[in-house]
Amino acid sequence: MSAAHTDAHDHHHDHRPSGIMRWLTTTNHKDIGTMYLIFSLTMFFVGGIMALAIRAELFQPGLQVVNPELFNSLTTMHALIMIFGAIMPGFVGFANWLIPMMIGAPDMALPRMNNWSFWILPFAFAMLLGSLFTVGGGPASGWTLYAPLSVQGGAGVDMTILSIHMMGISSVLGAINIVVTIMNMRAPGMDLMKMPLFVWTWLITAFLLIAAMPVLAGAVTMLLTDRHFGTAFFDPAGGGDPVLFQHIFWFFGHPEVYILILPAFGIVSQIVPTFSRKPLFGYDSMVFATAGIAFLSFIVWAHHMFTVGMPLAGELFFMYATMLIAVPTGVKVFNWVATMWRGSITFETPMLFALAVVFLFTIGGLSGLMLAIVPADFQYHDTYFVVAHFHYVLFAGSIMSMMGAAYYWLPKWTGRMYSERLGKTHFWLTTIFFNVTFFPQHFLGLAGMPRRIPDYALEFTEFNVISSIGAFGLGLAQLLFVYIIIQAVRGKNKKATAQVWEGADGLEWTVESPPPYHTFATPPTVK
Amino acid sequence: MSATNGDYYLPDPSPWPLVASLGLFALAGGFVMLVNDVSVAPWVMLAGALIIAFMMFGWFGVVVLESEAGKYNAHVDISFRMGMMWFIFSEVMFFAGFFGALFYLRNLAVPWLAETDLLWMGYDGGWPTAGPMGAELIAADTPVTTAGQFSTIGAWGIPIWNTLILLASSVTVTIAHWELKKNNRTGLIIWLLITVVLGFLFLYLQGYEYAHAYADLGLTLGTGVYGATFFMLTGFHGFHVTIGAIILAVILIRCIRGHFKPDHHFGFEAAAWYWHFVDTVWVGLFIFVYVV
Repeated sequence: MSAAHTDAHDHHHDHRPSGIMRWLTTTNHKDIGTMYLIFSLTMFFVGGIMALAIRAELFQPGLQVVNPELFNSLTTMHALIMIFGAIMPGFVGFANWLIPMMIGAPDMALPRMNNWSFWILPFAFAMLLGSLFTVGGGPASGWTLYAPLSVQGGAGVDMTILSIHMMGISSVLGAINIVVTIMNMRAPGMDLMKMPLFVWTWLITAFLLIAAMPVLAGAVTMLLTDRHFGTAFFDPAGGGDPVLFQHIFWFFGHPEVYILILPAFGIVSQIVPTFSRKPLFGYDSMVFATAGIAFLSFIVWAHHMFTVGMPLAGELFFMYATMLIAVPTGVKVFNWVATMWRGSITFETPMLFALAVVFLFTIGGLSGLMLAIVPADFQYHDTYFVVAHFHYVLFAGSIMSMMGAAYYWLPKWTGRMYSERLGKTHFWLTTIFFNVTFFPQHFLGLAGMPRRIPDYALEFTEFNVISSIGAFGLGLAQLLFVYIIIQAVRGKNKKATAQVWEGADGLEWTVESPPPYHTFATPPTVK
Repeated sequence: MSATNGDYYLPDPSPWPLVASLGLFALAGGFVMLVNDVSVAPWVMLAGALIIAFMMFGWFGVVVLESEAGKYNAHVDISFRMGMMWFIFSEVMFFAGFFGALFYLRNLAVPWLAETDLLWMGYDGGWPTAGPMGAELIAADTPVTTAGQFSTIGAWGIPIWNTLILLASSVTVTIAHWELKKNNRTGLIIWLLITVVLGFLFLYLQGYEYAHAYADLGLTLGTGVYGATFFMLTGFHGFHVTIGAIILAVILIRCIRGHFKPDHHFGFEAAAWYWHFVDTVWVGLFIFVYVV
């Protein structure tokens, strides 16, 4: 570790080993952020290939590409990998890179723990993916791991459970680090109500993670003891109840969906003002709306289980509580639109992605409202309508916000502009193929096509063909994304200025592009 | 040799997080092998445990040295305090999941099971219950309508003594803290020693109760939902007491070696907070598992 060397543009001694050891042992928030983002992108492709296998199977009725057992494994793994491997680490990567720079801190508050949060993940996902190669195959119960399905199955299910434990440790440690960094590392003058909205949404997301992930750990622990140690939590013969698993799981699961979307709201709230050349409209109401959504997320979980049988009072409570979420979410959408009102708008790639997020996420939000209505949900439950709904919020909301964020901050990180022409091409291919893939699934669901089934009735064929074609287009378009990133990182493009974007405002735009290895050695002054 | 940025201490690159991840991976992988009857499982788990122990000595050793070298100023200290506070909150949520399971099973699931005649006619619910089929009968796969025979551990025997022991240990650790603040090292060591002894006494009594439950009462992890909630709640609590007692023992050794100052002793306080946390969880357990 003595092989320290000092870069020309680094103002401080940074004792970092070279080569692979730099990445294995780093305590630097930028290095760790980069590793998170590369990991996320890798998992995005791993999960994406699984999605393409699913769409290939569904290209026509009958069984042709994969057998039903593997199909079930693929739907399960696709979800687990995209949620825990692509979206969550992706947002943590952005948090690592940006939060210290946005609040004027030298690094994250607990740098060694930061490294540990990341390095748990490759091991956890090695274990999860390894489950596919065990006797009995990977988990095939859906990512929700409902008992009693998940009480069956072989060693692959145990590997899934233990990998979820590891991901949980990683998430909780990472979230603690983010909360502590935001609460304790702000530069003088950076009051809470002056923080960029991305920081605010991450503060609340981190709170949700600390509160929700341990509950998931408890749920899968009960699953493990039911499987191997003779407990009867989910077995009615011993007085247990499989529905108990669903309650505990969704008590985690619903905050989890806001963990997956709140940072996206933060990203959109950074991008839209920049390219509208106006400050964000209704900053305070954005903060309170985010907190409101976080609070409501803990009292709506059973809307995922309207059809399992619940007392009527329970169904009504969870229905109305769920519909309430539309209020703070509506505040946000209104504020983004009002920010653009009379703005001097330009449509660079990040802005295009942000606008698509606002528009497409709202579609997903509205189909969510439909699903919140109990009698309607009795029909929609477990159909492709649900699949369409959550891909509008998770792909068009979370993933596309991260793509927009990548274009927005990549020039700051690499010091080089990406190719605007290719970026826009990537945007339009992604947006068009996304809608080709997922819009028809609304119709399939309303017509009654169930999810997680490898075969379907002939009447569903046309929309499935369209959806599969869209999926392959969507997948191929992402290769262009990788190409654009590599091009920008290799540094052949135009140099980026410190501010990068004409309308950009915030501390991260005051330092040079790329920023020095340690950014704010002495805290900046915030007016 | 670290970069001191402003007044906030930033550590050098460290190998310990990677070692910790490796140890965790071996431990988890070994555990999967264990429950699936792979013969090398104990060795893999042992390797994982040894790697983790090695990591703890290494990582915590570095932290202790840095702390004693005065690298952690008040600003860093606040980070540690907040970090520990949120970590304990995450632990609270972990236990909340198991308490939630207990309330749901006892107040909703079991009564519903007793009300319906679709599954086991004549099952009359109630609490404690081993469920409609009872422990041995689940294993034998023979449906009958009476619960398995088992007795529960009364609240006013060993559990009330254990409650008093843990509450007393919370008091003694607080007294030790006062002595530390007054820089009375002898008092500090004596009261901390008493706390550690009380912690291990609790664990001994809890182990004795478990043996009694398994050997004489017919109460096991497989005794339906009562056995499951009883042993999982008290078991995870006991596991946390074990960790807390080991932490306090390490802190005691550090005190004997002359670590900590009256105005700079976060390590001590973190251990004390953790100890108060396991104490509080026990009070909840005593009320909802043993008394009610």
